[in-house]
Amino acid sequence: MPRSILLRGGRVIDPSQSHDATADVLIVGDKIEAIGPRVGNDAAGRDGLETFDCTGLVVSPGFVDVHCHLREPGREEVETIATGARAAAAGGFTAVCAMPNTDPVTDNQAAVGFVLRQGTLADAARVYPIGAISVGQRGESLAEFGEMVSAGAVAVSDDGKPVVSAHLMRTALEYARTFGIPVADHCEEPTLAHGGAMNEGLVSTRLGLKGIPSEAEEIMAIRDILLARRTGGHIHLCHMSTRGSVELIRWGKDRHINVTAEVCPHHISLTEDAVDGYDTNAKMNPPLRTADDVAALQEAVRDGTIDLIATDHAPHHYDEKEREFAHAPNGIVGLETALAVNITWLVASDIIDLPTLIDRMSCAPARVFKLPGGSLNRGVSADVTVFDAGAKWIVDPKRFKSKGRNTPYAGQTLQGRTRVTIVGGRVAYRADA
Amino acid sequence: MTQSLGKDLLGLEPLSGEQIRLILDTAEPFKEISERTIKKVPTLRGATIVNLFFEASTRTRVSFEFAEKRLSADTVNVAASGSSVSKGETLVDTARNLEAMRIDMVVIRHGASGAARFLADRIESNVINAGDGTHEHPTQGLLDLLTLRDHFKRLDGIKVCIVGDVLHSRVARSNIWGLTKMGAQVGICGPRSLLPNSIDELGVTVFNRVEEAIEWADALNILRLQLERMQGGYIPSLREYNRVFGVSRERLDRAKRDILILHPGPMNRGVEIDSDVADGPFSVILDQVTNGVAIRMAVLYLLSGGKPELAEAAKRGGGV
Amino acid sequence: MADEIVELNNGTEGLVIVGIQRRGVQLAAQIVSTINERENAQVARGALDITLYRDDLQTVGPRPVVGQTQIPVDIDGQNVFIVDDVLYTGRTIRAALDELADFGRPKRIALAVLIDRGGRELPIQPDIVGKKVTVDSTQRVDVLVEELDGKNAVVIADREPSP
Repeated sequence: MPRSILLRGGRVIDPSQSHDATADVLIVGDKIEAIGPRVGNDAAGRDGLETFDCTGLVVSPGFVDVHCHLREPGREEVETIATGARAAAAGGFTAVCAMPNTDPVTDNQAAVGFVLRQGTLADAARVYPIGAISVGQRGESLAEFGEMVSAGAVAVSDDGKPVVSAHLMRTALEYARTFGIPVADHCEEPTLAHGGAMNEGLVSTRLGLKGIPSEAEEIMAIRDILLARRTGGHIHLCHMSTRGSVELIRWGKDRHINVTAEVCPHHISLTEDAVDGYDTNAKMNPPLRTADDVAALQEAVRDGTIDLIATDHAPHHYDEKEREFAHAPNGIVGLETALAVNITWLVASDIIDLPTLIDRMSCAPARVFKLPGGSLNRGVSADVTVFDAGAKWIVDPKRFKSKGRNTPYAGQTLQGRTRVTIVGGRVAYRADA
Repeated sequence: MTQSLGKDLLGLEPLSGEQIRLILDTAEPFKEISERTIKKVPTLRGATIVNLFFEASTRTRVSFEFAEKRLSADTVNVAASGSSVSKGETLVDTARNLEAMRIDMVVIRHGASGAARFLADRIESNVINAGDGTHEHPTQGLLDLLTLRDHFKRLDGIKVCIVGDVLHSRVARSNIWGLTKMGAQVGICGPRSLLPNSIDELGVTVFNRVEEAIEWADALNILRLQLERMQGGYIPSLREYNRVFGVSRERLDRAKRDILILHPGPMNRGVEIDSDVADGPFSVILDQVTNGVAIRMAVLYLLSGGKPELAEAAKRGGGV
Repeated sequence: MADEIVELNNGTEGLVIVGIQRRGVQLAAQIVSTINERENAQVARGALDITLYRDDLQTVGPRPVVGQTQIPVDIDGQNVFIVDDVLYTGRTIRAALDELADFGRPKRIALAVLIDRGGRELPIQPDIVGKKVTVDSTQRVDVLVEELDGKNAVVIADREPSP
């Protein structure tokens, strides 16, 4: 008899089936067997049935993070694929896509295979590798997309860096069409952004820090959208941060250009004021911007101009961040706070409802990156997240499963907490009682 | 009793007008000490002060050293290299090492904005910012205020225009904070590529041409133009800068009144300021230097306050 | 007191009257103008602020206000009379002696105080006293002067209890 799990009495929200009602979910083996109000009663008596009482909780398709940095190979002291996958599961993610800016860069078949295998061994959230666009991420020549895809890569990106050459981006978009994968770009015009440590504005003037103007992102965003139009390729814009970018994406979508976009939880919750006092946990690229940008991004999440929410989880060692602001590395962790930040700033303030949030965190990422998941349909792989949408908790980085502790939310009280994460019918995470 | 300044002096932005006035008033008696034959008072006898300079600066460091020695403190100069990475020791470790040697105060100059605050948050000694990146240079701002007050007998309502590369200038920022908190009107003038975009949100008037600034101002604070700006593509050449923005005798003569001339130094004669202006009758550049020592003595004196608990015990014990 | 000073000095030759901030300065001014009138002289006058020479700066809490110091003449070889309002522990005078030493080497230094309230903690004695009073350590003796307080008076009051 295969192992089975019953999730009893939760609010089951599955946007892929327009389902939002109290129900039981039965998982048998590694698949969803049934959803319904009486499923629990029918299932009682099954051998080896593990039951979770989900009263007051939400049951949804597992979250999928299409943008995170797992640091392995090369920076294992800061995170490994295993610790990252466990952190993902603790955050409610059943799958993550690992960016290739590792050391050495994941730009070939063997490297992609390595990441995939480490992910499988980790036995927590699924890990899908993303391959580099260019060899060594040097922006000169294309990496072998075909070989990487056959080894398991689901997309290509030079994230960490922008693709500076428009010609290279054009050929990447064209070449990627052969394999049906998205090209994900980190939009940053290097000469405008050079040396910048935070958003350019009054705060950067007051603090005496060189600023990165919004145009650095917008110039590359529109360039990529235009190239997508020319080539018919799929451009996916990473971590959008400005109102201007949102408007450009809308322009592109109005013209049915194949552009998709993501936003990170920190960009829909924090502004450049978080940098006051030179807190390096508020330093990331693209930087935190103004309240107006935050409002525009929140609205874009609501109306779907921004398709999905990704974390850009970027662990750094304490020593690296414990530096003068201008010299500290960019990036914060995000896997274990994403759900709570999104609920606190988007759902609790009534900007979007839970079904929309689940779409942006699960259905849309799976759909855009053509990954399994994002659904609780009968017969699909059982990747399920159970969470408490009302639970309030204080963020304590020392209790993270990630090796990274660099978060601007430390000590804050957030709302929304993962209770159980199930990957392929196995419990990958359960919260302490 | 006087209002406390807290543990550190990191900038003028966090200070109130009252606190700035306190420092200026305290500097007055210290000016007198520098006129004595024996230019020393025993006030900070036994105190250890480290001058931690990550950027070379003879002028500011020497001024602090005079201030410290005239207060009878023991001073140590540490010239650290600019990049912690190349030196191998981080700012945090430097700070902790100093603290382990039981020093009382640190005067720090560093190339990264926020470095003084970084240090102050991590050590218990008093920290005085002698210039951090492009953020603030509070003692320079204070000595500029003192020099202006000495001349105009007041600060509120006077019109001061800062001329030059405001974008990269910590002196400009400290001046803007200090002047606005004391009720003065502030203008800035320079090539647009060297003026921060959002600066007018701080209540500052922007002048595109130096002639307009001269027309408006009671005093000009002229900033040094650095060669790197040309190499960074902000302005085409020093020659053009001098032609368009240089403060020259001819330009000043066309003004309606005598304008006070300040410059934090060191000067690029012939670039931002002409020699006959720098050495002219309305230049108070040398007064700034004199006031600098007095201001720094005042700041050291005010920050080195004793502990309140001991004050209570002393009060119960007896009088003076 | 003015007469006593002149007597002790054998005239006004080489006489420099130095008042201690704050109220000693006003008293010194009154003494100097009295002497100038009676002796038809121009006696040199200075003001001394001893805050920076105090021996209790580490324990006194937030920084005390520093007043003006002005010694307009060279005191080498002169006869300096320090003038203060109240003499108590003697520490102010010790500080004044230290500070004067940084200005030069007078031939002699003498001390004139308006009120001596006893309670010395150092071996310092006045040469000229306006009035001796006896009070205990829970009381304060304050001298008020016209220029600062609106009237000339001596007030004895209880100290405020410590909070």
